Amino acid sequence: MDVVTVGELEAWVRHFAELVATQRAYLTELDSAIGDADHGINMDRGMQAVLAKLDAASPGTADALFKTVGMTLVSSIGGASGPLYGTFFLRFGTACGPRAELSAHDVVKACRAGIEGLVARGKPELGDKTMFDSLHPALEALDAAVGQGLPPEAAFASAWQAAVRGRDETIPMVARKGRASYLGERSAGHQDPGATSAALLFEAAARVFEA
Amino acid sequence: MKKLINDPTTVVADALVGIEAAHPDLRIDHERKVIYRADAPVAGKVGLISGGGSGHEPLHGGFVGVGMLDAACAGEVFTSPTPDQMHEATKTVDAGAGVLHVVKNYTGDVLNFEMAAELAAEEAGIKVEAIVTNDDVAVEDSLYTAGRRGVGVTVLVEKICGAAAEAGADLASVAAIGHKVNGLGRSMGMALTSCTVPAAGKPTFELAETEMEIGIGIHGEPGRHREPLGTAAEIAERLLDPIVRDLPYGRGDRVLAFVNGMGGTPLLELYVVFAEVARILGGHGITVERSLVGPYITSLEMAGCSITLLKLDDELVRLWDAPVRTPALRWGV
Repeated sequence: MDVVTVGELEAWVRHFAELVATQRAYLTELDSAIGDADHGINMDRGMQAVLAKLDAASPGTADALFKTVGMTLVSSIGGASGPLYGTFFLRFGTACGPRAELSAHDVVKACRAGIEGLVARGKPELGDKTMFDSLHPALEALDAAVGQGLPPEAAFASAWQAAVRGRDETIPMVARKGRASYLGERSAGHQDPGATSAALLFEAAARVFEA
Repeated sequence: MKKLINDPTTVVADALVGIEAAHPDLRIDHERKVIYRADAPVAGKVGLISGGGSGHEPLHGGFVGVGMLDAACAGEVFTSPTPDQMHEATKTVDAGAGVLHVVKNYTGDVLNFEMAAELAAEEAGIKVEAIVTNDDVAVEDSLYTAGRRGVGVTVLVEKICGAAAEAGADLASVAAIGHKVNGLGRSMGMALTSCTVPAAGKPTFELAETEMEIGIGIHGEPGRHREPLGTAAEIAERLLDPIVRDLPYGRGDRVLAFVNGMGGTPLLELYVVFAEVARILGGHGITVERSLVGPYITSLEMAGCSITLLKLDDELVRLWDAPVRTPALRWGV
């Protein structure tokens, strides 16, 4: 796998913002079935704030880029998504370090650090019907693909597919974390909004690298 | 959607302008959306802050003032505020005696307040304690879930901890009183209608004319059961029974009974419910020693009610009766 540049990482973040904006109503609709009908609204508000920050000044290193993204999300989303996505990007950035180019292995490592941070904060387990149910398989697929020496476009495509499978598997689950857990059995039969937005994160990566 | 607003995206900011205009005892940080007691920080006093999504008014901003909260952070509608808001509020109200965060048990609120407490400790060296309210018996408590929601008891925790702080109790004592109130309080709610988040533009769920939703929270989220609509007597029974059995409350207990409106139910109907609550508790041999009736922790324009019981002792009665001067609760001053 070739190097990944900070420009490509910024393009990833920007494309994620675009997907969230496009899917805003859909994410909110999923959330109104088992939550409080604001996931798309909140994620879009957060990612628009990120775009405004990036438009003002493009960070030259990966740690600065993801610190900006993480801090902006923490201070603009609220809800559970703010600290969870915020922590993911903050830890991702710390693991990248002050570099403008990363190896594929570095990206996997950063992704793992981000997800570990998110797990430390939200304490999700697989099967709880949360964003972790799509992030975890995506990370494992990315790790495996990079381990096999696949190029970025193939590695992220594989991670995206895994995220989508994980997202779809949340449908029959009974939620054990977050607001959907208050519904008990009634949460089954609905796709988790957080797992859905998390899958968009990997869709954005796959699309940026296929181009 | 039919609402008295100018723009769905500026509802919270516009309301804060109104709160400032109506209540000269309060000071508003419009940029961070924090409502302060105008005299904060109060020398020597433990600071008390809370916060949460907007749409539950008067909770929390309407409870800022003498004898209750020092500050309240307003989030977007039904969305927790952010750590930077809470951090700023914590720094502003700290007079050196430490700060108590009153947090309702929702994943978002808990995570954001945790991050704020970390910031306060790391950056400002402020002692912070948190009390997480979780009084909703509609949610089964389990290690494997987000746990019970914080609902009606939050109002009582803010009043009683506020009185203790005003009387000069230290941080550990104020927190202990808060844990005691949360431990002795239980709630359950129901809805006759859904509600519409302004930015979403349509009701969160649909409920037929002949149906009610039992076991709702305060965010327009659906409840645990949908049932045919009952009379006020049947509904009071349906809500009180799990509450009484959960603590349990029993013969000889003294309680504060709180019948709360969800935002769209008139006081007339809340008193019809209160009559049933008093009758049922009387039948159990439980004495209603204090009461609170009205819309205090709401869910936008949702019609419905929640019932909260708090088991009282002399200390809690004294703190409940202590003077309070806020926009929504005001007595003794």
